[in-house]
Amino acid sequence: MRLRRSRLYVPGNNPKMIPPAGLYGADVISLDLEDAVGPDYKIDARMMVSEALKVVDFGQNVEVTVRINPIETPWGKWDVKQIVCDRLDGIYIPKVESSEDVLQVDELVTEMEEKKGLQIGRIKLFATMETAKGILNAPEIAKCTKRLEGITIGGEDLTADLGGIRSSDGLAIHTSRQLIVLAAKAAGIQAIDTVYSDFKDMDGLRKETETVKIMGFDGKACIHPSQIEVIHGSFNPTIDEIEYSVKVKHAIEEAKARGSGVIALGNKMIDRPIVLKAEKILARAEAADLNIPTYEEIIKTQKEIAEAKKAERGES
Amino acid sequence: MVKADDLEWVENAIGRMVPKEIEGVEIIPYCGPFNAVPTKTHRYGAKLGHIADQKSQIVTTLNDVIDKVGLADGMTISFHHHFRNGDMVMNMVLEEIGKKGIKDLTLAPSSTFPCQEEAIINAVKNGTITRIEGGSARGEIGRMISSGKYIDHPLRIRSHGGRVRAIEAGDIVVDVAFIGAPSADELGNLNGVDGPSACGTINFSYVDARFANKVVAITDHLVEYPNFPMSISQELVDYVVVVDKIGDPNKIASGELRITNSPTRLKIAKDAVRIAGLLGFIKDGMNFQAGAGGISLAFTDFLHQKMKDEDITASWAQGGSTKFLVDMLKEGTVKKLITGQAFDVTAIQSMKEDPKNHVDLPIGAYANIHGKGCTVNKLDIVVLGASEVDLDFNVNTATLSNGLVAEPVGGHSDTAAGAELTIITVPIFRGRYPVIVEKCTTVVTPGVTVDVIVTERGIAINPRRGDLLEQLKNVKIPRDLRICTIEELQKMSYDITGGKIEPNWGDDIVALIEYRDGTIIDVVRSVVPKYYKDAIFVDNRDKTDIERREN
Repeated sequence: MRLRRSRLYVPGNNPKMIPPAGLYGADVISLDLEDAVGPDYKIDARMMVSEALKVVDFGQNVEVTVRINPIETPWGKWDVKQIVCDRLDGIYIPKVESSEDVLQVDELVTEMEEKKGLQIGRIKLFATMETAKGILNAPEIAKCTKRLEGITIGGEDLTADLGGIRSSDGLAIHTSRQLIVLAAKAAGIQAIDTVYSDFKDMDGLRKETETVKIMGFDGKACIHPSQIEVIHGSFNPTIDEIEYSVKVKHAIEEAKARGSGVIALGNKMIDRPIVLKAEKILARAEAADLNIPTYEEIIKTQKEIAEAKKAERGES
Repeated sequence: MVKADDLEWVENAIGRMVPKEIEGVEIIPYCGPFNAVPTKTHRYGAKLGHIADQKSQIVTTLNDVIDKVGLADGMTISFHHHFRNGDMVMNMVLEEIGKKGIKDLTLAPSSTFPCQEEAIINAVKNGTITRIEGGSARGEIGRMISSGKYIDHPLRIRSHGGRVRAIEAGDIVVDVAFIGAPSADELGNLNGVDGPSACGTINFSYVDARFANKVVAITDHLVEYPNFPMSISQELVDYVVVVDKIGDPNKIASGELRITNSPTRLKIAKDAVRIAGLLGFIKDGMNFQAGAGGISLAFTDFLHQKMKDEDITASWAQGGSTKFLVDMLKEGTVKKLITGQAFDVTAIQSMKEDPKNHVDLPIGAYANIHGKGCTVNKLDIVVLGASEVDLDFNVNTATLSNGLVAEPVGGHSDTAAGAELTIITVPIFRGRYPVIVEKCTTVVTPGVTVDVIVTERGIAINPRRGDLLEQLKNVKIPRDLRICTIEELQKMSYDITGGKIEPNWGDDIVALIEYRDGTIIDVVRSVVPKYYKDAIFVDNRDKTDIERREN
């Protein structure tokens, strides 16, 4: 499954913001027809987004998606009908409360793909749960169609629906977040977190992103390009994690070469979960275009550091 | 008016046509950045003074001082631009001169700002000024020049270093230099760090003070003799005039310059830092120049962060100095700071508080190619803007794409020629105009001195710099940093905007772009307005004319 650390919202009715949207390094961009667009401009925005998908060069590496209006609104169905095209990689469906909401979009997308002669099933779906009902139905929603590659949580609306208070520690939606992660992972898809709305507060964003990473989320939505780097910084494996994983990989290869079934790194036995985790980390680092040192490089640097320390202590 | 058709034309080293002679003066076509040797053997000499036992040089009024210096028809007067948009000196001097009925003057300022537009335009209209030997002309003055209607003699656009060269060579003979002095004593020891109109430095005037035949200091802050520091010394100053106010402090310096909010521009700045890093230029002992434009400020800020993260210290930095550079000095990321102009309050304060590590330099020492040594030649990295860049890496900073003379050229061509790595940071388009074009509307800085073009959609390296391209082969280029050719950038630029619209040129030559060595790199013709919104220097007669045409 592709890397979806950051998902940048772009107002669907802003002709200045749409063309450069793909330049800022976000893994996903979501041209927004829902909350960013007032009722009077829904149709204009839909036309602009469908045109932009045809003519704007968003770049090769970015997943281009559209957040449509809720399917039960007067705009939802027409949004889907008009935006399906070659360059569209995915659709985010807001206010999902049941599998039915997703399946309706699924059918409509298939219909449009057939009509336009596109490859069937290439366009992915993502469901956003932002009501108590939606959260509790998440396990069922998460596995309702093969098109669904991720589920997300809508923080503001959910807090309002719960009657809770939005606070910096996210207490009101903590359990909901965990439920989203559980539902997503049970279905083998990704869990993507809600936005951090104060785009000037980088420390707050970093803190929240670290928390949701620990909880198991795979990515986070953002409302300003300046948030992307911070989000990537949090979701990317650390240098220590990468180096450890390289060592694990090396130990496995060494054991194989010896014909031994027992794998050890230093004094520690390496069991299967550690191997799987190392593989995952290396795959993520690769996908995130991070530097992955070779085993020899790591050992060389370690030796150099040790020698430098020795020299500092005045030993020969 | 100089008609293009009346001139004989010759091609220069970048393939631009320039006249062989203009108004009886021979023109040397641009022949490469370092090839033109001085045409004069000695520096121009200013007139001697005779002070006898005089104990004070103070003259009570501007009116009297203009009589005393013997300002007469046909002479040349000069001003500095350190008070930026808060300058009051030029306006008050032009007013006094106007009252006296002196005509046919040449105005040779280091630069002009919008606050002077009205006074200059009025002086041109009533014949007080008939020629401008500008540093650069922007805003309404640029429009006036481009109209080709009000000034018969083409404007010479010179870089900062080029202006010093021209004065030292006697190409510009300044008869009277009027120097706004934030602080002065009765014999004319001047500096820019003290007083209500403090602007940090008055170094753009050093050359005027040394080479003008008469030097008049105008101050609103007379201090007890002797005034320290003696940035301009008493031996060069003829008279001191005390007035109520020489500048508006709120407009002289910005309280706080802000980094651009535009995500596109921030990306350009960040990518400029990244490419400089990949090319191996960000290392201990480095130096750099970055200005006060939005992208340049962001560049300085990102560079500062990177240097702190990687524990790198620069030897020195120079430029229009700002809070961002001063922060680097204070935090020890940069050891020394050289200021050409102080752009904000923090920079002015810092010059006063830390004169050992934060200094100004005469502009000749900064950029004069026919001097004996200049700091631009020692620069590692310079980050510059542009209004256009073309396939040959030539850069335009003087005119807009519609041909209007509009932008100050500053030290662009000076620093580009001197620096080891010249980075141009530009958005790929502005409004409906492409920025990366096939051929620049006007060339100010030759492509042979430009190395890297950074846009939000890609980075192009000048193929002349094989060493840089080779260096990039040895490093891992991040996936989101797109290295491409200038042709690819130009195609993107045209695809987005629909291509370049050629200006509606008229028949007159309105400006000559003088390269820093005194050769002519390009000429600018008058522009005939197509639409009201493009109209140039619209006076009432023009206005009705154009409105009628548009309706």
